Amino acid sequence: MLIKKDIIIVGAGPAGLAAAIEAKKRGRDGILVLERELSAGGILNQCIHDGFGLIRFNEALTGPEYARRYIDEAKALGIEIVTNVMVQDISRDKTVTAVSPDGIKTYKAEAVILAMGCRERTRGAICIPGTRPSGVFTAGVAQNLVNLKNIMVGKRIVILGSGDIGLIMARRLTLEGAKVLAVVEKLPYSSGLQRNITQCLDDFEIPLLLSHTVTKIEGHERVKGVTIARVDEKGNSIRGTSRKFECDTLILSVGLIPENEVSLNAGIVIDETTGGARVDENLQTSVPGIFACGNVLQVHDLVDYVSAEGEQAAKAAVEFIKGRGEAASDITVRAGSGIRYVLPQSISSGRDITFSMRVTNPCKNKTIIFKDGDTVLKKRTFKALNPAEMVRIDLKAGELRGVLNMEVFIDG
Amino acid sequence: MTSDIDNLFDIIIVGAGAVGCAVARELSRYNLKIAVLEKESDVAAGTSGRNSAVVHAGFNNKPGSLMAKLCVEGNEGFESICRELDVPYKKTGKLIVAFEESDFAGIDRLIENGRKNGVKGLEFVDAGVVKRLEPHVGGIGAMLSPNTAITNPFIYTVALAENAAVNGAVFYFNTEVRGISRQDRLFRVRAGDTFFRGRYIVNSAGLYSDRISSMAGEKGYKVYPCRGEYFILDKRTSQYLNMPVYPVPRPGLGGLGVHLTPTVEGNILIGPSAEYIKTKCDYSSTKKVMDRLFKEARELLPPLSMRHIIRSYTGIRSKLVGPKTGGFGDFVIEESEAVPGLINLVGIESPGLTSSVPISRMVRDIIANREDITPKSSFISVRKGIVPFRELTIEQKEELIKEYPDYGEVVCRCEGITKKEVLDAINNPLGVATLSGIKYRARPMMGRCQGGYCLTRIVDILNNEKGLPPEEITLRGKESKLFTGKVK
Repeated sequence: MLIKKDIIIVGAGPAGLAAAIEAKKRGRDGILVLERELSAGGILNQCIHDGFGLIRFNEALTGPEYARRYIDEAKALGIEIVTNVMVQDISRDKTVTAVSPDGIKTYKAEAVILAMGCRERTRGAICIPGTRPSGVFTAGVAQNLVNLKNIMVGKRIVILGSGDIGLIMARRLTLEGAKVLAVVEKLPYSSGLQRNITQCLDDFEIPLLLSHTVTKIEGHERVKGVTIARVDEKGNSIRGTSRKFECDTLILSVGLIPENEVSLNAGIVIDETTGGARVDENLQTSVPGIFACGNVLQVHDLVDYVSAEGEQAAKAAVEFIKGRGEAASDITVRAGSGIRYVLPQSISSGRDITFSMRVTNPCKNKTIIFKDGDTVLKKRTFKALNPAEMVRIDLKAGELRGVLNMEVFIDG
Repeated sequence: MTSDIDNLFDIIIVGAGAVGCAVARELSRYNLKIAVLEKESDVAAGTSGRNSAVVHAGFNNKPGSLMAKLCVEGNEGFESICRELDVPYKKTGKLIVAFEESDFAGIDRLIENGRKNGVKGLEFVDAGVVKRLEPHVGGIGAMLSPNTAITNPFIYTVALAENAAVNGAVFYFNTEVRGISRQDRLFRVRAGDTFFRGRYIVNSAGLYSDRISSMAGEKGYKVYPCRGEYFILDKRTSQYLNMPVYPVPRPGLGGLGVHLTPTVEGNILIGPSAEYIKTKCDYSSTKKVMDRLFKEARELLPPLSMRHIIRSYTGIRSKLVGPKTGGFGDFVIEESEAVPGLINLVGIESPGLTSSVPISRMVRDIIANREDITPKSSFISVRKGIVPFRELTIEQKEELIKEYPDYGEVVCRCEGITKKEVLDAINNPLGVATLSGIKYRARPMMGRCQGGYCLTRIVDILNNEKGLPPEEITLRGKESKLFTGKVK
């Protein structure tokens, strides 16, 4: 039996919840949020540290508190959120198949909003040599075990990768009595936010070893130690710089990957750099009526922007159902020198657009330039730019008038 | 400690790899009391679970060798055993690809060699046919072996063991053999923290078969460990490869060359390398080989990218030929002259998996030549595995969820493994309660997120449904505990 809905939202994390609320406020009733966990909230549920919501609420909330606000509002608005259900397939015609202990259900939606979040890169994916004992965890899994299940993952710990979850876990595990020997980062700079380096490492005297990586894992049963070495600019370990840490645990915070496997089934075009869908200024993917927001679109630094993106996707989905928002987005936006990626990847002219991007390297006093051929559309100078932080720049419709082909790059 | 009077068996099998489990199953057809002693926490913990998962055709082995004879025999019977025991099997065929003119001589040699071994259907195919069979593989021609197949070696070994157990064989895990003596015409085996007595010892200890033989009194074997490293690629790559693709082998190689093999589940395996190592338990992957494997794999299949790698693993060949000689030796399958009742299965490297059932029949014949063994009328020849929910039709899935709602709860997102399958794996007939045991039986944690999504769920299921507290969960027994305790 085909169940008809206006909008199906896949995932009840911060992006999905914000999208559902916004769509409801814009007058849509047939909203269904499908969530694979037993409760809504997404990854926020395990992020018990504070610092969420500084921009949206001007308050430092914990993850669960931030999520609670949206869950409560969604409930108050009577939005249908089904948990413990796994979306198995989304087709181009927006038929969504989902499985749960109640059986397999097939829905037909006017619009679909993808908000599945991301997953962590693993030891296998980054090819760390050595044995395969127990005691190697990704930071998010360790966070889940420690914060939600009261399970301690190790006693003497090395953390590879200085992504935010890794930094947060360095502090968390230290507070729980573990000895965090070092946070090891392959790049010459941290991939986490500065505030986390200060609050999670410096305050606890945990060394951050930049330009280092783990070159070997030892131990047959449980991890017995890891070898680390300095790396050159190409990321290759430098001979003679190896040293061994005796430890029982290695935690990896080495990157997040948007979880787009069901999106691929729908034939959605994925951006090689972001790992998320290619979208236009409506956050619409290459399949009309399917939108993407949150970490399944691009990995964010702050949840506040995830919520904003969810709302933006919902607004566009509602417009799509009304039959508007069909302006052809055939102007391509290209990430030029110094910019790793820029979203949206294609735009139409004639409306205000927020661009989000990440830079490739840390730099100071540099200008991000939007250019169409030889015409400079916009310039914005930053005191400091950091790959860990997402940069958002608004362009007004007036600034985009007549644009044919856009490039965003860092001057110099 | 139990008395070894209680542990009296007709047959003591040392090693629960594919060969040991095949022997256990074959002998469990008869009125024999069988024990299988395994030092690890599960079956297939050594070479049997760490290989290319190929059911070889037998064209590569030396004519007249046991390897050639048993491989051809094993290949012919493999499909029906997989059907009987509910084991994944896919007859894909295999290509040995030539990249330069000089490789053609190698292909001719293989076809001729295969003909001598009685391998059917080998033929040379030109570049056009290669292109049609494997559009992404280059090459100027190839040998096609239509009877080569792929299987899941872990499930295969589990299935043999489970079927043997149903028919009365008793499996002892974490039971390493430490000493063997003779007493009243019986072997007395000290293993784990107890003793076993038996009339026969079947030495299927793989890498350690030299040590077991020596313990029993027959010295003179030396097994050389030769490591092979692999990568496993994301299932997304399944579109690039239909069958195992090997380069034409070069003489003197201790393996078959770095090759690409699809798995029955849709991954691609890259590997193995071949490197003699000093210790028999060093399963490390190395940077040097990892770099080389990927480079060579991409020469065979250009669309591959580092991004496709989801895991590496290694296996260790138990070779009777050392690094100086190189190449392949032959299987040793015989009763020791010096120690009657000791049946040695030594040097069982590739094609040991393919040959495992024929080897088990040879063991049966050795015993049957010494005494009359009578078939059991109660022998059950079939075994059912865990139902792979993901492979069913929507109608079948709906039926199953109605009956068992746990099929409706997807535990492993990447592989689509349900709670029911995980529970079936936990409640396996051999009583193995490790994380690896669950992983290899039902496939959670085998996908691209490597347990990032499902590990915490499996921990919950073990705790809630089996009463196994998290601090007691191990990856693969012994000291491989997953966690160090509770938080403060």
